[in-house]
Amino acid sequence: MSDVTKGPASEPRASGLPETPRLVLTLALAGLLSGLAIVGIYRFTLPVIRANQARALQAAVFEVLPGAERMQRAVWRDGELLAAPGEATGGDAEAAVYAGYKADGTLVGYAIPAAGAGYQDTIRLIYGYDPATRRIVGMVVLESRETPGLGDRIFKDPDFVAQWRDLAVEPPLELVKGGATEPNQVDAITGATISSRSVVKIIRSANAEWLDRLPAADAAPALVEDAAPASGEQRGGPVPGGRLE
Amino acid sequence: MGQLVGIFIGAMLVNNFTLAYFLGLCPFFGVTGRLVTAFRLGLANIFVMLITSLAAWLLETFVLVHAPYLRLIAFIVVIASTVQFVEMFIKKVSPALFRALGIFLPLITTNCAILALALFQTSRAYGLVQGLVFAFGAGCGLTLALVLMAGLREEAELSDVPSLIRGTAMNLLVAGLLSLAFMGFAGLFGASS
Amino acid sequence: MSAAGTGPGSGREPSQLYAELIKGVWKENPIFVQVLGMCPALAVTNTALNGVAMGTATLFVLACSSLLISLLRNLIPKQVRISTFIIVIATFVTVADFTLQAVAPAVHRELGAFISLIVVNCLILGRQEAFASKHPVHLAVADAIGMGAGFTLALTSLGSLREILGKGSLFGFPLFGDSFQPWVIMILPPGGFLMLGMMLLAFAWFKEKRQKALLRLDEEAA
Repeated sequence: MSDVTKGPASEPRASGLPETPRLVLTLALAGLLSGLAIVGIYRFTLPVIRANQARALQAAVFEVLPGAERMQRAVWRDGELLAAPGEATGGDAEAAVYAGYKADGTLVGYAIPAAGAGYQDTIRLIYGYDPATRRIVGMVVLESRETPGLGDRIFKDPDFVAQWRDLAVEPPLELVKGGATEPNQVDAITGATISSRSVVKIIRSANAEWLDRLPAADAAPALVEDAAPASGEQRGGPVPGGRLE
Repeated sequence: MGQLVGIFIGAMLVNNFTLAYFLGLCPFFGVTGRLVTAFRLGLANIFVMLITSLAAWLLETFVLVHAPYLRLIAFIVVIASTVQFVEMFIKKVSPALFRALGIFLPLITTNCAILALALFQTSRAYGLVQGLVFAFGAGCGLTLALVLMAGLREEAELSDVPSLIRGTAMNLLVAGLLSLAFMGFAGLFGASS
Repeated sequence: MSAAGTGPGSGREPSQLYAELIKGVWKENPIFVQVLGMCPALAVTNTALNGVAMGTATLFVLACSSLLISLLRNLIPKQVRISTFIIVIATFVTVADFTLQAVAPAVHRELGAFISLIVVNCLILGRQEAFASKHPVHLAVADAIGMGAGFTLALTSLGSLREILGKGSLFGFPLFGDSFQPWVIMILPPGGFLMLGMMLLAFAWFKEKRQKALLRLDEEAA
């Protein structure tokens, strides 16, 4: 093996190229190879990541809509709720909800994703709404960075979570302390008032946006038969940097 | 306006980049021997953060929506270039400051706080003004943490601290207490994220 | 770094390789000794599992980057070496990010933005600048693996202690039963600082005791 003792202090001038183009060339080449590698790994892992996301979404939707066995994405367009099964949405996606159906195609309800500021960071959740009874029938926190042991009880405290199985939406949801007495009241978690309030605020604001748009079973978007049961596409796909989806 | 105040206070105090998010620890432990140096580094960071915020927003809005998987590498290249420019700028404008900051100026590139700023700003989908306010708040928070730490360390040098604790262990314990104190800002101005 | 004596059977070679490998684990441990790469060390060690995951991801990036940069070390011009290092590191970080997202989405969610922040981990850039760009491939990789292992060890131990005290569990397995009141501050930011500070204090204390004992032995022998 030849004695390669050139340290970084001595520049390899033997290549014959003048300095600046060589520097630029090196960087450009590095950038190009890097870009190719990144695109490659992105393409390679995309199917698995999408499948993971779809599965997680489906699990969440079925959790907040008890009895649902099929689901389908729906969007609000031109004043109408339209079925948008498995539509790939790039970049700025339109807001979507997920309609849950029984195996025979009867509507169970809508799973509405929502997000907003919590105590520590953004909270992302999804909740189920039954237009027939006009009640919230379930809530699952998808992502949160709330204080462990306190704020994270919005998904760990079984009593708090259980309240979301049956809540009236009119009058608008109200956070109370010390026990709920009305059907629209949510009992706050002791020691985690701000996190509890954030959850209520997020859902109230999502209610204000969506409830009027969601028709009952007779006017609901029909289940498109060839839609795969796990047809929830997340917008934009996976990205480095932890972009919230 | 209220939201902007909330973002600023949130970034500076409630979710202080150093004491709550553990970002920018290299300068925090490395450059806080002297108060004056720490303060100047903080200012340099604020400057870099503002420019990075702007650049990140531009990149994200016009380029990265089409290729989100290139986000990380694009941001880091932008940051490295920004720091390079700031370095040249400071060298020209104030050679004394340049010498005082020394090696720590290029180290701003590897200051996780700058990259994290770009990433957080993007994932929270801040607009241009929100992003700049966020960057300013984060930079101020970083400077605040640096200055507090430097002040405490300068004091400790004159105090009777057991030799066993001196050094990194003491700095960490002091940082822990500072972090604990900053937790008291939670919920200020309704600020969270 | 002279390349003399790198052939097999030279005698020096295996021990040098081993020395490079092992130094990162304890004597020059990135967290405990060099105080590099602190940001992730404190941020994602709220549980043992997160510590292991972050350490492993960092080890992967460090090893791959060192390998590539050591291979190319004579081709990278000095003026743009830092930028080139960063491009290489960022590429591997992106690879690690996507791979983790595909293989373990739950862990990826826990680690969040800190995976991307591996690219500015001063440990990785530091090793490229200080070692990989100046040494042949096998030594560079050994150094990288050693440093990465030391880093993972530090993160895992820190994460374990914080999880045990702050949650009463280890790797998710509850240890103490229901009546245990977790010391929640340990899994919050101040706890990270405090716990690492106390660990360093403990190490310094043991080191001093050992030195005193050795000194006493020397005196008695004299």
